[in-house]
Amino acid sequence: MTVKQLSVFIENRPGRLSAVTRILGDAQVNIRAMSLADTKDFGILRLIVDDCEKAAATLKENGFSVTATQVLAVKINDRPGGLADAMKALYDDNISVEYMYSAFINTEDNTAYLILRVENVSSAQVALSDAGFFLTSQEELSGI
Amino acid sequence: MGKYWNEEIECMSREDMKKLQSERLVKQVKHVWDNVPYYRKKMEEKGVTPDDVKGIEDLHKLPFLTKADLRECYPYGLLATPLKDCVRIQSTSGTTGKRVVAFYTQHDLDLWEDCCARAITAAGGTDEDVCQVCYGYGLFTGGPGLNGGSHKVGCLTLPMSSGNTERQIQFMRDLGSTIICCTPSYAAYIGETVKEMGLTPDDLKLKAGIFGAEPWTEEMRREIEKSLGLKAYDIYGLTETSGPGVAFECEEQTGMHINEDNFIAEIIDPDTGEVLPEGSKGELVFTSITKEAFPLLRYRTRDICILSREKCSCGRTLVKMTKPMGRSDDMLIIKGVNVFPSQIESVLLKMSNATPNYQIIVDRVNNADTFEIRVELNDDMLSDTVKSIEELEKKISNDIHSILGIKAKIRLVEPKSIPRSEGKAVRVIDNRKLH
Repeated sequence: MTVKQLSVFIENRPGRLSAVTRILGDAQVNIRAMSLADTKDFGILRLIVDDCEKAAATLKENGFSVTATQVLAVKINDRPGGLADAMKALYDDNISVEYMYSAFINTEDNTAYLILRVENVSSAQVALSDAGFFLTSQEELSGI
Repeated sequence: MGKYWNEEIECMSREDMKKLQSERLVKQVKHVWDNVPYYRKKMEEKGVTPDDVKGIEDLHKLPFLTKADLRECYPYGLLATPLKDCVRIQSTSGTTGKRVVAFYTQHDLDLWEDCCARAITAAGGTDEDVCQVCYGYGLFTGGPGLNGGSHKVGCLTLPMSSGNTERQIQFMRDLGSTIICCTPSYAAYIGETVKEMGLTPDDLKLKAGIFGAEPWTEEMRREIEKSLGLKAYDIYGLTETSGPGVAFECEEQTGMHINEDNFIAEIIDPDTGEVLPEGSKGELVFTSITKEAFPLLRYRTRDICILSREKCSCGRTLVKMTKPMGRSDDMLIIKGVNVFPSQIESVLLKMSNATPNYQIIVDRVNNADTFEIRVELNDDMLSDTVKSIEELEKKISNDIHSILGIKAKIRLVEPKSIPRSEGKAVRVIDNRKLH
């Protein structure tokens, strides 16, 4: 089970992040998780949103370059060592992580969500499921 | 050895020069008519035959030749002698259809080297001098041209080629080089390196530098003269007409004397093609009247300049051209290399799978050209990792380098971020203020 992540190319100049977030806000798109990878000249803003199609279309209309990637949203226990367990499951199966970032914490059931980008999505899914981890679907994510 | 390499020619009266040019032109027109079908066809299309050209007053009747003709004729279409009579090929720096290949017979090489010998002599060179040639050697005409001229003059010639600057300076010191020949930007760089090595011009024996192949300013001249302790002379030429030495500067440093016994210069209106009166600013057109293998009639250089016949204090009567004041096309000279924006567009589209929305930004920092190409990114070029975008920038950079022969910094930018003017992207921003 995977979720869609949007990546937006942003030049390093004042006002760009502000523009992206405002455009999404005005389109009533809710950002569930994000991370920004930056270099000297540009950044890639990675977004998990409640309505991917609307977000991508709106950003493109406004002249942004956007691409979609399948990533995993893993539910882990919000306790010391929770993340380490998930990493171990991947490491044991020799799966390398391209990047990851944390999404949100659910205080009701003490769980946290982690966005994972791996090279081989299907083997990562098997590894995590076998180790007892729950992978969130797009629908579930939109509903959270 | 005197002040001139060939006093008879260099100080010839205007009347005698006109007579010499006329004789040579008539002969040259007949030569190309007889031997180059492409020329004959162009002349026929204009309704001109060799009988119509009786002297330089008839030059304007001939059709122009452009870089497009040269491309169409690549490689042998303009060759006017049997290939077996040719002994050398030189070529322009650009590639991908923009390459110009020039052929030389031994006679052509002799004349070319003679032109360079005049330039070296005008810069004070004699057989007592040690001449360090740090222009690139190879297909580029800079190294071979000055090398040949230096031999003719009888200088002890150091065929260093460009690069390895500390070694250049080492040789200058050890062998007491008195003359250097290179691009002005490389000369400036050598000057900076001399300083960085803790040396001063007094540690060197340089007295003259012959610098060309790219535009440079008077400010740059003064800087180079100060940093290397020499007098800097400009030299002009293009591969199409032979190479450096078409025109050269004398001690007056107020323009370059054109070797009129080999090249007839005209100034035209770039839009109408009409010949302009002497002293007007316009596009420089050359007719090579002595070349055997690759003679060009009325070749449009696209360089904008002014010709002057004002009396020169050096005594030469050869017409003087100003430094090129601009171009009548979109060619840029970056780091001594001819760059057409269309070449960059073609690389982006055909090799790099990128968008053709780009902008070239050229500047000069510490007397060296900087060259940046901004390319608009599209969704297909985007990925979610920084690494893959950096790889894409690197790929474009390598593609550009393989075609142009010079490196550019590639910077990917957001879609539609390059300013458009009347729907067209502004392709070139040249901040060098060279003209």
